Amino acid sequence: MLTNMLTKEDTHKQMFTMGHSGCSGCSQTMAVRLITEVLGKNTIATSATGCLEVISAKFPESSWNIPWIHSLFENSAAVASGIEAALQITGKKEGITVLAQAGDGGTADIGLQALSGMFERNHDVLYVCYDNGAYMNTGYQRSGLTPYDAFTSTSPSGKISFGNNRPKKYMPEIAMAHRIPYTAVASVGYPMDLQKKVKKTMSIKGSKYLQVDVPCTPGWKYEPRYSVKIAQLGVQSGLYPLFEAEYDKIISVKKIGKKVPVEEYLKLQGRFKHLFKDEAGKAEIEKIQKIADENIERYGLL
Amino acid sequence: MKKVMEGSMAISDSIRMAEPKVISAYPITPQTHIVEHLSQMVADGDLKAEYIMVESEHSAASVVLGASACGVRTYTATAAQGLLYMEEVIYNIAGMRLPVVMTVANRAVSAPISIWNDMQDSMALRDSGAIQLVAENNQEAYDMHIQAYKIAENPDVMLPVIVCVDGFVLTHTFEVVDTIDHIEKVREYLPPLNMQYKLDVNNPYSFGTVAEPSIYHEARYNLSNAINNSKSIIVNAANEYKEMFGKYEGALIDPYKMDDADTVIVAMGSVLGTIKDVVDELRESGKKIGVLKVRSFRPFPSDEIVNALKNIKNAIVIEKAVSLGKGGILSCEIRDALYQRKVNSVNVNGYILGLGGRDITPQNIYDLIMKAEKEENIDGEFFGLNNELLNKVF
Repeated sequence: MLTNMLTKEDTHKQMFTMGHSGCSGCSQTMAVRLITEVLGKNTIATSATGCLEVISAKFPESSWNIPWIHSLFENSAAVASGIEAALQITGKKEGITVLAQAGDGGTADIGLQALSGMFERNHDVLYVCYDNGAYMNTGYQRSGLTPYDAFTSTSPSGKISFGNNRPKKYMPEIAMAHRIPYTAVASVGYPMDLQKKVKKTMSIKGSKYLQVDVPCTPGWKYEPRYSVKIAQLGVQSGLYPLFEAEYDKIISVKKIGKKVPVEEYLKLQGRFKHLFKDEAGKAEIEKIQKIADENIERYGLL
Repeated sequence: MKKVMEGSMAISDSIRMAEPKVISAYPITPQTHIVEHLSQMVADGDLKAEYIMVESEHSAASVVLGASACGVRTYTATAAQGLLYMEEVIYNIAGMRLPVVMTVANRAVSAPISIWNDMQDSMALRDSGAIQLVAENNQEAYDMHIQAYKIAENPDVMLPVIVCVDGFVLTHTFEVVDTIDHIEKVREYLPPLNMQYKLDVNNPYSFGTVAEPSIYHEARYNLSNAINNSKSIIVNAANEYKEMFGKYEGALIDPYKMDDADTVIVAMGSVLGTIKDVVDELRESGKKIGVLKVRSFRPFPSDEIVNALKNIKNAIVIEKAVSLGKGGILSCEIRDALYQRKVNSVNVNGYILGLGGRDITPQNIYDLIMKAEKEENIDGEFFGLNNELLNKVF
C-alpha cells in the first residue's frame, strides 16, 4: 500500500504513472495514484473532460496503465454504466472494478444528471469526484462546489463582492439521497484514510460515491509545497468533513480532535486573501467559521 | 416468413436477430414502440442483453459508447429532440470509431413542437461522422438494420450507423415484412464483433485522448477517409445480403424506371412509395419519368448520383428538411455533385414538402411534377403553403 518514497522505477509500475503534465504540487494526481494503487490492474477507468484527462492522455502518450476512456464532460457516469453493463453481460465483471472519475464541475454541475441516473440504476461502479472547488482546467471559474467567499475568475472579489456568494453544494448528501450502498468523503491530506475507503468499495456491489478534497495550487493560489497541509487544515477546521455512509446513514466520521480556526486554513490561500484586508473581511471570516462550526455539529467531528 | 408487422416491431425483430449485448433507451415519440418491443424481448428471455433504461438521450448514447468501447455490440434509438440532445455524444462515438448502430424514428424538431414526421432531426447529424442510411418501407427497415451492423463493424469502417426510418409513417404502420427464419443465417452474415482496440484489463489502451494541433487535423482526415471509403462496404453489405436472404432495396442509391427517363424525382425515405405510385401512373400515360432513391445520405454517393442523372433533363428533388438560411439540403448536394463533375445539362429543382408530418399525397406529387418541369434553379422552395398561416408567429 502506501510507500515511504517512490523511486522513478516504482512509478512506472503504478496504474497511474509519472510523465503526466500535472502542475507541480497537483494533489488531484496524488489522489489518482493513491486510488488506482489500491484498485490495481483489474480496473477500467473513465474520465470526464477536465484537468485529469488533459494532463494524463495527450496523444500519443498516456499515464494510464489500466484501460481508460475519456468521452465528454458530463457523461463519465453514463459511459461507466455502459462499461459495467458490457462486462456484466459478457460475464467478465467479477474481479474488475469500473472506476468513473470527474472533477467537481463534471460531477455536481454538468454531470449530475448522468450521475443520478447511474446511482438510481445502482450500477456496480466506483465514482470518484476530485473536488478542487472550481473549473480549474479552464482557468479557475466557479462551480457548484466552490466554497463560500472563494475568489474565482467568474466569482471575483471586488468593491462590492467577497467572491463566491454561495456555500458548497452538499454533493455527498445528494449521493446518499439515492440510497446507494456506500458514500464516502476523503482528502489527500489523509492518504491512509483515502486508501482505506477505496479498499472498502472493492467489496461492495452497486454504486459507490467517493468525493476527495484535492487542493489546486494555481486555482487556490498557494505554494505547491502546501497541498497536503492545506488539505489537512481543510479537514481539521471542519470545512471539509470526512465521513462514510451506507445508504442514507452516516456510519463513521473522521474526528478532528482539536478544532483549528478557519483562519489558519484561509490565510494560506490566495483565493481568500481579500478577506484579510479589512474589518468587513473579518466579518466574512466569521461567517466561514460558522459554516465550519455547523459542520462540526452536524457530523459530530469533535 | 411473411408477417404483417408494425414498422417498430420489424425493426426490433431485426435487432433481436443481430443480438446486441447492450441496449440503452430513453423514450421519445415516435421511437417508443421500438424500445418497448425490445424491452419485452429481454423480459421474455428472447434477447439476451443488458437493457439500460437511462435518464436521458445523452446518457443513452453515452451508455452504448462505453459498452461499445468494451467490444460488445450495442443498440439505441431516438428521434427529434432526443437526437439533438445526443448529438455531442454521436460526434464523439464517430471520433472514437465505435460501431454503434441506432435508429432514428425521423421527426420534426421544435419549435413549434411537433411529434410528426420529417427529416430535420437526422439532417442535423449529417456532419457527425455517423453513416446515415434511409429506409423506404418496413421491409427495408428490417433488412437495413442487419446490414447496418455489417457495415459499422467492418474493420475498415468502425463507425456508428444511423438508420433513418420515418416516424409514424413507417414506425407505426403495419406492412407485410418477410423476416429471416433462422438466426444462424444472420450469424453467418454478421459474425461476432471483433474489435482490435477495446477496453480490456489484459491489454490496456487509452481512448479519447487529447489531440494537439499537430495531431487533430490528421485525426479528422482519417475519420473523413473512413466514412468516404465506407461506400464500397455499404454496397458489399447490400449485395451479400441479397445473396444470402434474397432481398435487395438498393445500396447507395436505387434507380426506379429510369432507363429512358427525361425527368427523375429524387427523394429519401417513405415518401418514395407515394412517388413511385404517381410515376407508375404517369408511365402508363407515356411519360418518360423515373425515380432515384438515395439510400445512403452519408456517405453521400456523389458519383453514383451523377452517373444516374447525367443524361436526364429534369431532376426534381423532394425533401422533408430545410437548411434554414440556405434552402434544400439534398438538392444542394446533388447540384454540387453535378457541378463538380461538370455536368450542367440537368435542371435541378428542389422542393420542401411535408414538414411536421403534413401528408404528401399523390396529387401533391403530380402537381409538383407539372410545376417543376417548367421551372429552373429552384433551391428549396416550400411547396403547398397555406397562405392563411403565413406571417403568423407560433
